[in-house]
Amino acid sequence: MESTQSVRPHSRGRWLILLGLLVSALTLSGIAASPAMADEGGTDSQAEEFEYFFSGNVKYNDEPLEGVSIAVSGNGFEAETETDENGQWTLGVPEKEAYELTLDEDTLPEGVIVEDGQSTIDAEFGLTKRKSVNFFLGEGQRVTTDYGAQVLIRVVNGLNFGLLLALAAIGLSLIFGTTGLSNFAHAEMITFGALMMLTFSNMLGLPVWLAILIAIALSAGLGWTLDAGLWKPLRKRGVGLIPLMIVSIGLSLALRYTFQFFYGGSTRQLPGATLPREIVLGPILLSWIDVASMATSVIVLLAVAYFLLRTRIGKATRAVSDNSPLAAASGIDVDRVIRIVWVLGGALAGLSGILWAYFRPGVSWDMGFQILLLVFAAVTLGGLGTAFGALVGSLIVGLFIEVSTLWLPSDMKYVGALLVLILVLLFRPQGILGRRERIG
Amino acid sequence: MIDWIQIFSNAAQELISPTTAAYALAALGLAIHFGYTGLLNFGQAGFMALGAYGFAISTLTFGFPVWASVLVGIGASIVFALILGIPTLRLRADYLAIVTIAAAEILRLIFTTNTFDDVTGSASGLQGYKGGIAAMNPIPDGTYGFGPFTYNAYDWWIRILGWTVVILAALFTWSIMRSPWGRVIKGIREDEDAVRALGKNVYSYKMQSLILGGVFGTLAGMIFIMPRAVVPANYQTSLTFFIYAILLLGGAATILGPIVGSMIFWVLLSFFSGFMARAVEAGWLPFMTQVQAGQLRFILVGVAIMLLVVFRPQGIFGNKKELSFVR
Repeated sequence: MESTQSVRPHSRGRWLILLGLLVSALTLSGIAASPAMADEGGTDSQAEEFEYFFSGNVKYNDEPLEGVSIAVSGNGFEAETETDENGQWTLGVPEKEAYELTLDEDTLPEGVIVEDGQSTIDAEFGLTKRKSVNFFLGEGQRVTTDYGAQVLIRVVNGLNFGLLLALAAIGLSLIFGTTGLSNFAHAEMITFGALMMLTFSNMLGLPVWLAILIAIALSAGLGWTLDAGLWKPLRKRGVGLIPLMIVSIGLSLALRYTFQFFYGGSTRQLPGATLPREIVLGPILLSWIDVASMATSVIVLLAVAYFLLRTRIGKATRAVSDNSPLAAASGIDVDRVIRIVWVLGGALAGLSGILWAYFRPGVSWDMGFQILLLVFAAVTLGGLGTAFGALVGSLIVGLFIEVSTLWLPSDMKYVGALLVLILVLLFRPQGILGRRERIG
Repeated sequence: MIDWIQIFSNAAQELISPTTAAYALAALGLAIHFGYTGLLNFGQAGFMALGAYGFAISTLTFGFPVWASVLVGIGASIVFALILGIPTLRLRADYLAIVTIAAAEILRLIFTTNTFDDVTGSASGLQGYKGGIAAMNPIPDGTYGFGPFTYNAYDWWIRILGWTVVILAALFTWSIMRSPWGRVIKGIREDEDAVRALGKNVYSYKMQSLILGGVFGTLAGMIFIMPRAVVPANYQTSLTFFIYAILLLGGAATILGPIVGSMIFWVLLSFFSGFMARAVEAGWLPFMTQVQAGQLRFILVGVAIMLLVVFRPQGIFGNKKELSFVR
C-alpha cells in the first residue's frame, strides 16, 4: 500500500472506473457496472427546490461509495451533498448556467483518488434540465505530502520519455549532420514504425516480438526508400538546403494524411499496452512494458554509440558529418554513408515510434507529429548535428517535461520544453555539446 | 448524378471569400519574410493567432472599441516578433525556423489550455466579438449580388473590408520594395555579408522585416475570424504550411503571387474536395469513403509543395533571375 501513487494520464493498468448516471449510454459496459437510474425519484430534498440538476454515481471498482462529499458552486450559488448507500448524488441548482463541481477527496476511502487531479469539474447544461457529472476514480493515494516520491516518479517517467525521444533525435541529428537537411518528415518515420507494428500485431496477429522486428525492418526500408527515391536525386540536382527542408515539410504533410487515409483518425492500442503496473521500486510503480522500453532504448543507444565510435563505417559517418568534402577527398563514399544514415535513422525512428505508442499510450496517425518539435528541441539543445548532443538534449527535454508537471498544468507541459529551447538559443546557440563554428 | 453547377459555384465563391483574403495577406507577410528578406518564418500561424485572439480578447474581456482591439493585436505581434527575432536573427536561417515554429506552438498551447479558460475560452474558443465590425457596416440590410456571389450585408462588408486591407498592404509592399529600404532587404537575401560591408545594420533591417510581415499576418488573423469563431485548433502548424504552399504557388518574391496564389489555392481546393465528395457520393470511387475523400486534398497540398519546390521554385509569377530561394 505504501507504494501506491497518483495515477498519471499515460499510466497503464490504471483502474478507469467510469461513474455516472449515464454509464449505460457510454460504451464502457465491460468495466462499469450498470447503475440504477439514480435520481428518477429525486431522493434528495434539494432536488425538489430547483428545476435543474446535476447528478452522478460514485463507484470505485464496482463498489458504490457512500458518504462522499460533493459540492457545487458558481453564479453566486453554493450547495453540498453526500452520496447515498448506492453511491448516488443529486444537486439542484437555480439556473441553467455553468457551475463548478468539486468532489472532496478527503471523503474517499483510503487509497482511492480522483484521476488526473480532476476532482473539480466545470459542468454546463446541455439541452435538458439534467446533467450527469462523472468523476473518474483511480487507484492511488493523494501524495500531497510526499513531494520527494512525486519527483522520483516523474524523473523515472521523464527518463523513459527522454530515452525514446533520443532514439528519434539521434537519427534526425545524424541526417542533419551528414546532409544538412532539417527533416520535418522524421515525424512520419516515427508514426510509420508504430503503424507497422499495429498492422502486423493487431491486424495480422503475429507475435509481438516478430511484429516489432518486422516494423523496425520496414522502417529501415522506408529510410532507404526515401533516400534512394527522393533525397539522393534532389542532392544530385543540386537543390539547396532550404528548398530541401520545404520539400520535407510537403512530404510530412502528404505522408501524414496518407496515414490517416488508410488508418483513419482513431487511436488504437498495441498488444500489452494495458499491462498492470506491478513492478514496485520504492514509491515507483512500473509495468513490464516500461522496463522493457527503457532497457531496449539503453541497449540500442549503446549499440549506436559503439557503431559511431568503434566501427569503420561509424567513423566514416562522423567524418562526413564533420566535413563532407574532406571525407570524400580522403576516399570515403559519402553517398553510401548517407544511405546508411538514412537506413539507421529510419530504423531508430520506427523503434522510437513503437515505444512512443506504448508511452502515450496508443497509435494514431499524427502521433509522430505531436513529438516532432520536442525531437527538434532535443537536437537543438544538444547541438545540431552532434549525435551525443541529441542524446543529452533528449534526456533533458524528457525530464523537463515530466518534472515540470509538478508546477505546470499537464496540458501545458510541452510549453516549458519549447520555452527552454528558445532560451538555450538565446544564451548558447550552438547547443550543449555543439561547437561554435557550426552556427555560422 | 454529379451537380456540377454546385461544385463550380462553391469553387467560384472562394475567389473573393474573406478566408482567401486572409490567406493572401498572411502569404504576403511571409513573402516579405521569406521571399524578400530570406527569413525562414515558420510561425505565421502564431502571428495570425495573435491577431485573432488579440482582437477577440480585447473586445470581449476589456470591451475595447474596434480600433483599439486592432491596435492591441498589432502591438502583440510586434512584441512577439521582437521576442523571436532578438535571439535568432544573428544565427543561421534554420534556427529562426525552429524557434518560430516552436513559438507558434507555445501560443497555440497557451490559447488551448484550461488554465486560462476565462479569457481564451480554451479548446472551444471565443465568439461574439463581431458586433463592432458589424456596427460599422455602411451597407443597408438586404441581400445583394448575382449568381454564386450573393451575400447579405455583413458578408459583403467583411469581404470589402478584407480585400481593401489586402490591396492596401500589397500597394504598400510594392512601394517599399522599390524604395532604398527594399533594395537593402533584397540585398540581405542575396548576400548578407556584402550588405554588412556597405555599412548597413543587417540585424536591424531583418528585425524590421520580421515585424512588418508579422503585422500583416496579424491583420490576416483578424480578417480570418470575421466569418467564423476563434478556435485554437485552427492555428496549428499546418496553417503555416498551407500559407507556404500558397506563397510557393504564386512566387515567393512577388507582390501579386501571394494574392493570386491564394485565389488559385482555394478555388482548386474547393473544386477538388467538392468534386471528390460528389464523386464518392455518386459511387464513382467505391474504394473510398467520404471522410477519406476529404483527406485526399491535404495529401495533394503536400505533394504540390514538393513538386513546386523542385520543378518551379519561382512559382507562377516569379522571375527565375530573382533568386527564389536563399542559398
